[in-house]
Amino acid sequence: MGRERMKIQRPLEARKASPLVVSLSAVFLGIVAGCVFILCIGKNPFVGFERILFGALSNVRRIGNTLGMSTQLILIGLSVAFAFKTGLFNIGASGQMLMGGITGSILAYYLPLDMPRVIYLPIIIVASMAAGAVWGFISGFLKAKFNVHEVVSTIMLNWTAYWIVYDFIPRFIIDPTISVKSKPIDTVHTLRADWLTDLTQFSTLNYGFILAIIMCVVVWFILQKTTLGFNLKAVGSNRFCAEYAGIKVNRSIMISMAIAGALASLAGLTYYCGYSNIMEMGKMPNEGFDGIAVALLGNCSPVGIFFSAIFFGILKMGRGSLAATGIPTEIADTIIATIIYFTATNVILASFWNNIFKSRFERSEEAARLAMAKHGDDTPIASLSRKRFKEYAKEGRAYLKEGKEVR
Amino acid sequence: MLGIRKEFPGIVANDDITLQVEEGEIHAILGENGAGKSTLMSILFGLYHADKGVIKVRGKEVSIKSPNDAFDLGIGMVHQHFQLVHNFTVAENIIMGKEGGFVYDIRKASRKIKEISERYGLSIEPDMVIEDITVGMQQRVEILKMLYRDADILIFDEPTAVLTPQEIDELMQIMRNLAAEGKSIILITHKLDEIKAVAKRCTIIRRGRLIDVVDVASTSVEAMAAAMVGRPVSFKVEKSPCHPGAPILEIRHLSVMNSKKVLGVKDFSLTVHSGEIIGIAGVDGNGQSELIEAITGLRKAESGSIIFNGRDITALSIEERNEMGLGHIPEDRQKRGLILSAPLTSNMVIKEFRKAPFSSHGILDYSSIREYSEKIVSKFDVRSGEGVDSLAGKLSGGNQQKAIIGREITADPDLLIAVQPTRGLDVGAIEFIHRQLVEERERGKAVLLVSFELDEIFNLSDKIAVISGGELIDIVDASSTDEHAVGLMMAGIRKGGEN
Repeated sequence: MGRERMKIQRPLEARKASPLVVSLSAVFLGIVAGCVFILCIGKNPFVGFERILFGALSNVRRIGNTLGMSTQLILIGLSVAFAFKTGLFNIGASGQMLMGGITGSILAYYLPLDMPRVIYLPIIIVASMAAGAVWGFISGFLKAKFNVHEVVSTIMLNWTAYWIVYDFIPRFIIDPTISVKSKPIDTVHTLRADWLTDLTQFSTLNYGFILAIIMCVVVWFILQKTTLGFNLKAVGSNRFCAEYAGIKVNRSIMISMAIAGALASLAGLTYYCGYSNIMEMGKMPNEGFDGIAVALLGNCSPVGIFFSAIFFGILKMGRGSLAATGIPTEIADTIIATIIYFTATNVILASFWNNIFKSRFERSEEAARLAMAKHGDDTPIASLSRKRFKEYAKEGRAYLKEGKEVR
Repeated sequence: MLGIRKEFPGIVANDDITLQVEEGEIHAILGENGAGKSTLMSILFGLYHADKGVIKVRGKEVSIKSPNDAFDLGIGMVHQHFQLVHNFTVAENIIMGKEGGFVYDIRKASRKIKEISERYGLSIEPDMVIEDITVGMQQRVEILKMLYRDADILIFDEPTAVLTPQEIDELMQIMRNLAAEGKSIILITHKLDEIKAVAKRCTIIRRGRLIDVVDVASTSVEAMAAAMVGRPVSFKVEKSPCHPGAPILEIRHLSVMNSKKVLGVKDFSLTVHSGEIIGIAGVDGNGQSELIEAITGLRKAESGSIIFNGRDITALSIEERNEMGLGHIPEDRQKRGLILSAPLTSNMVIKEFRKAPFSSHGILDYSSIREYSEKIVSKFDVRSGEGVDSLAGKLSGGNQQKAIIGREITADPDLLIAVQPTRGLDVGAIEFIHRQLVEERERGKAVLLVSFELDEIFNLSDKIAVISGGELIDIVDASSTDEHAVGLMMAGIRKGGEN
């Protein structure tokens, strides 16, 4: 480019609460609530949180397990957030996970064991993502063509996937010794990697975590840099305007749901063919719903989702260590639930912070006016630079203080 | 209200404004969009707090912290956007929040509502359901709500923006009735003829400052407009004689269904040539929206064909039509025209982001998008707090419309369809937009204008097509007809008395 760009100075005003501040406040309140609960049952909350951190992070293996647990949460969080950006609520991540998992597991069972991993891994990754994409696409299609609300169709498809898995495990990949589970997949056919396993002393950490990081970047790139992302976001923010502008709204809905489905099914692959190596009959994975919380807490941004998933991973991994202290492990779930609650009330949290910022700004403004009057500066406050404003405010505050002391 | 000052970040919305309204007076507040009218009223209604100045009601200084305080002082506001529950009855809406106790007596309330309604000539039945009544009646319900709460000071915020001409007349009469009963009315508007029709005095505000308080009867419309805008305003658009060229748009026997699945447009034929402006005159809801939506591709045509630049576009997608050079200034700028939650940059390329130079191989080029947006913003004088990074929703209505018009004209269409391009805008912005449309015509483009305001139609059009009940009544030369004749046709009466 190289062209000189006009820089427009933002008018000076009180700070607004950023999504980060809001999310951190939700986490803080959730932890406070957790402390109160632990106090109520007569235990020491600090011991409780120390145990959670101990269980999740005290050695390399535990850290590896926490990251392994977070992997699914990151991918599901991305899936939910991606649909959100297009104005869709993907509550079907669990079903999409199952579809990805069963596809990966069947391929792992039937593909030859001596296949080179550089060929094998891409095959199962692509295949399971495709399965999830189809699953997501069905919801998108139903919405686009028949106006079936995606919340309804994704929930129904969750159960369709559940029963498909229920049928496919005994049909294709049953473990004859335990007839409700699939036969464990050989380690070379999972996403586990020797170097990761060695590094983290036999934790569940696997290639999935790296895939999750890659997907964070990919999702960020699609949403921020591509015409596809522009397209989808336009539909999500105002579908009437998108339609007017010639954007194919129905197509966008289908694409968005397919991508969301692919992300969730990748989570399923990392979960069933990496984190664990079996699939159980009759089990709906909870992660599909936890992912909604991850996306909300992460403000639907890939970076936010990454950190909020790791935070939830810590709580989920660490709670096992609570039992020794006599604190029920359900406390960790309670904290998660409370955080979700506070994240959902983000408007209240934001206005709480905005009020604080505003009153602080107004106090500085008053002080700055005083100082400016002394200097004979009559620039309107709003067009001062932030630095200059701060200097004036500091000076003015000093005057105010003196004035009070004199009085 | 004495010496009111209110600052917002980056702007002084009200600077030492004084407003005095007498009992039984209709007092107009005139100002351009963003002049600070709404801020002033929001302060009076307790939605904002003034940084400086005092408010006195009946001689007593008061502090209004919330709309409830305002209610208690007898101040009521009829908002531009009605605040009614659609599936509740009139009576239920009116007593909402004033039920008085756990069990409420709807009959007693209905009686009171009926009584008030009759007293002021509102003709509202308390047991009608909101969604079944017209917009004009809904507005009267809002008025009733204020009266039910014994408001003595009524604020009307742009009350006629959503009304048909007849409804406007009715509203004016209601205002006069109210004033005659001793109520004080504050009318916020930028429509001068309305002020002329009902107001006694008028406070004129420009850029947050009080310009003048004038006696309406003895001040001309031109003088008021000049005081509002700060320079003389021409109501008549200068334009050269019309030299129509080749046909650009041909509509042949077009029929379109409306949302109720009945024909909203019936066997409609019209040709628009390059270098001319054709105005479609008609009362709102007579098929204009369906017609435009069919041309732009937002709605399917039932039968007939639309030929654009010699090609049948009846079955083409919206994108393809846009590509072919069809520009559209939509009726509802906030719903269709802009993504309010997105910055101006995205909004300026919403139709063209797929094309070079804004993207290549599916990757957006933000610097050229920004450059293009800045060009539109400066050329069309779109004012906003943070330049092209401002969210579209933060702009005033006039600037939103300028942004849309800038986007559509900069895309250089062969046919520009403008639907209600100046609705809710002040004279300054109207003048600017009218000039833009005429300029397009002068550059040899075809312009199809839909407006519910006859003044606008007559001001701009070379030919006027009158639509009524979805049918084309007649196409007449703008220079050889008058408002009366067109008005009759709008009512569905064809030339020669045939109905």
